[in-house]
Amino acid sequence: MLDAANTNDVGVETLLEVNNIEVIYNHVILVLKGVSLNVPKGGITALLGGNGAGKTTTLKAISNLLHSERGEVTKGSVKYRGTDVHDLDPADLVRKGVIQVMEGRHCFEHLTVEENLLTGYYTRTSGKAEMQRDLELVYNYFPRLKERRKSLAGYTSGGEQQMVAIGRALMANPETILLDEPSMGLAPQLVEEIFGIVKDLNEKEGVSFLLAEQNTNVALRFAHYGYILESGRVVMDGPAADLRENPDVKEFYLGMSEEGRKSFRDVRSYRRRKRWLS
Amino acid sequence: MPDSLLFGTEVVLNGLMAGVLYALVALGFVLIYKASGIFNYAQGVMALFAAMTLYGIMVGQVPFAHLINAIFGTHIHHFGWEVPAIIAIVLTIAVMVLFAWLVQQYIFRHLVGQEPIILFMATIGLAYFLEGVADLMWGSEIKALDVGLPQGGSFWIEENTQWMGMGNENFYGFFLDQLDLIATVIAAVLVIALVAFSQYTKQGRAMRAVADDHQAALSVGINLNFIWVLVWSVAGFVALVAGIVWGSKSGVQFSLSLIALKALPVLMLGGFTSIPGAIVGGLIIGVGEKLFEFAIGPLVGGATENWFAYVLALLFLVFRPQGLFGDKIIERV
Repeated sequence: MLDAANTNDVGVETLLEVNNIEVIYNHVILVLKGVSLNVPKGGITALLGGNGAGKTTTLKAISNLLHSERGEVTKGSVKYRGTDVHDLDPADLVRKGVIQVMEGRHCFEHLTVEENLLTGYYTRTSGKAEMQRDLELVYNYFPRLKERRKSLAGYTSGGEQQMVAIGRALMANPETILLDEPSMGLAPQLVEEIFGIVKDLNEKEGVSFLLAEQNTNVALRFAHYGYILESGRVVMDGPAADLRENPDVKEFYLGMSEEGRKSFRDVRSYRRRKRWLS
Repeated sequence: MPDSLLFGTEVVLNGLMAGVLYALVALGFVLIYKASGIFNYAQGVMALFAAMTLYGIMVGQVPFAHLINAIFGTHIHHFGWEVPAIIAIVLTIAVMVLFAWLVQQYIFRHLVGQEPIILFMATIGLAYFLEGVADLMWGSEIKALDVGLPQGGSFWIEENTQWMGMGNENFYGFFLDQLDLIATVIAAVLVIALVAFSQYTKQGRAMRAVADDHQAALSVGINLNFIWVLVWSVAGFVALVAGIVWGSKSGVQFSLSLIALKALPVLMLGGFTSIPGAIVGGLIIGVGEKLFEFAIGPLVGGATENWFAYVLALLFLVFRPQGLFGDKIIERV
C-alpha cells in the first residue's frame, strides 16, 4: 500500500504520473524528497498533509509554475499522458489540458468577474461563439458569478473569488485541474458548496482533479483516492474510504481517537516512536 | 470682451495644447508601469532615441558615422538618399519593436520577481545606455525634424474666432499653433485606440491580467514574455509619437529626454495606472502652469512654470496618493 507507483484502480487510464520527484528551492532548500503519485482519468485525487508538507510544491512542480519561484525539479519525472512535461512552460500545459487553480485564489483584482473568466480562454482559439457557450456553462455551475459579472473581482467575497478562480480554469476546457487548497479561509458551509461543485464538475463534465487540501475531513469525503504527505514524502496512500477508517489518519488528521483528546506534546512523542515509513 | 478675458482664454487654450504633449510622454510611463510594475525612467530617452532614429533614417545618415570617421580617418556622413517620412516612420517602429524585444530578452527577463527598486535602477541604466548609443549613432547636434506636420499659427482659427472679440479693436482671433492642434488630434486617437485595445481585446485583457498578478496570469497560460515585449513595443510607439511631435516643435535634441521629468507630476496627478489619468493629468498641469504664470506669475517675479507642476504634484502626494484616476487600492478587511 505504501508503494505509490501502483496504479490506484486497475483498468482506468492514468493521466498524470509523478515519479519520485525531488524539488529544490534556491538551489539549497530541499522541499520534496521523492514524491510519487498517479492521477487517474475521471477521478478526484486528494493530496493531504499539514503546513509545509509539500502539497503546493507538488502541484507547482506538475504545472511548471516552480520556475518563477526559483524552484527546480532535480530528480524524477512528471508525465502527462505518457509524455514528460519537464520542458514545457505553463502555457503549453494549459493547452494540453492541465491547469492549476492556485492557493489563495489569485484573482485579477482589477478585472471584472467576467473578464477574469475570459482570461481563462486565452490559450484557446475556437472562436467567440464557443467562448460564449463556455461562459454560460461556468455561470450554470456558479450562478452567483453571473449576478456579479460586472463587479471587480477584488471586491467580491472569498467564496466568490474561489468560484472565479475555478471558473477561470474551466474556461480553458481542462482535462485535469490541479486545485490547491480551495477551502482556505472559507466558512464550512461555503467549503461544502465548493466541494459539491467540484464533485459535480467531476461527474458531469468529466474533469479529473488533483486536490491539495489541509481539511482532511472534507477532502476524504469527496475524493476517491488520497495521498498523505509529510515533510516532502508520501507517507501513506489508499482509497479515500480506507484512509477515512485508518486509525492513524483518524488520530493525526481527523482529530479522533479512542482514548479521547491528547495533548500536543503526547502526540509529538507518540509520533516520534511510531513512524509510518520505517 | 475685455482684453484680459480674451488673453486668459488664449492662455488656457495654449495650456491645453502643452498639456497634450506632457500627456503623450506620461502615457508611455503608464503603459509599462501598469503591465509590469516597472517605472520606466528611460521613457523620455526612448522618445529621444526614436526621434533620432527617425531623423537618421529620413536623411540617410550613416549610423556611427562619427565613430567610423574617427577610427578610420574617413569622411562619410550620408548615404546620399532620402527616405520619405512615412517609410521612415514604419522603419522606426520596427526598430522600436526590436528594441522592446532586446530589452525584454536581455534585461527584464532575468529580473522577474525582483524588487521594484532594482527594476527601476535597471531602467536608469537603460536610459543612459540608450542616450549614449543615440549620441554615438547620430551625433549630438540639434536636428530639425520635418515629417510634414504643418507649423506656425492657424489662420483659419484666427479668422473664425475674430467675432468673439465683440467689437474689441485689439483682438484678431485666437492664436493656436497648427502643430499643437495636430498633436491634440494624434493624442486623442492614440488614447482611444489604447483604451479600446486594453479593454476590448484578448491581448489587452491579458495585459491587464499580467499587471494584476504575474503568477495567476502564468497559471492560466498567458505568455508573460510575449505580453511584456508587446507592452514595451507599444510604449516605444508612444515614445516615437511623442518624439515626432516634440522634435517637430523644438528640434531633436538631448534635452528631449528631460521632458520625462515633466511627466512625473503628470503621473502623480493622474495616477500611475490610468491611461485617461495621464491625459487629464497632462491637461491640468498644462493649463494650470500657464494660468498660474498668467495670473500669479507677475506678482512673484515670473518663471513659475518651472516649479508649479512639482508643487501641485506634492500636494497630490499628500492628499490623494493614488492620483485622480489611479487604481483604487483594493483592500478587503
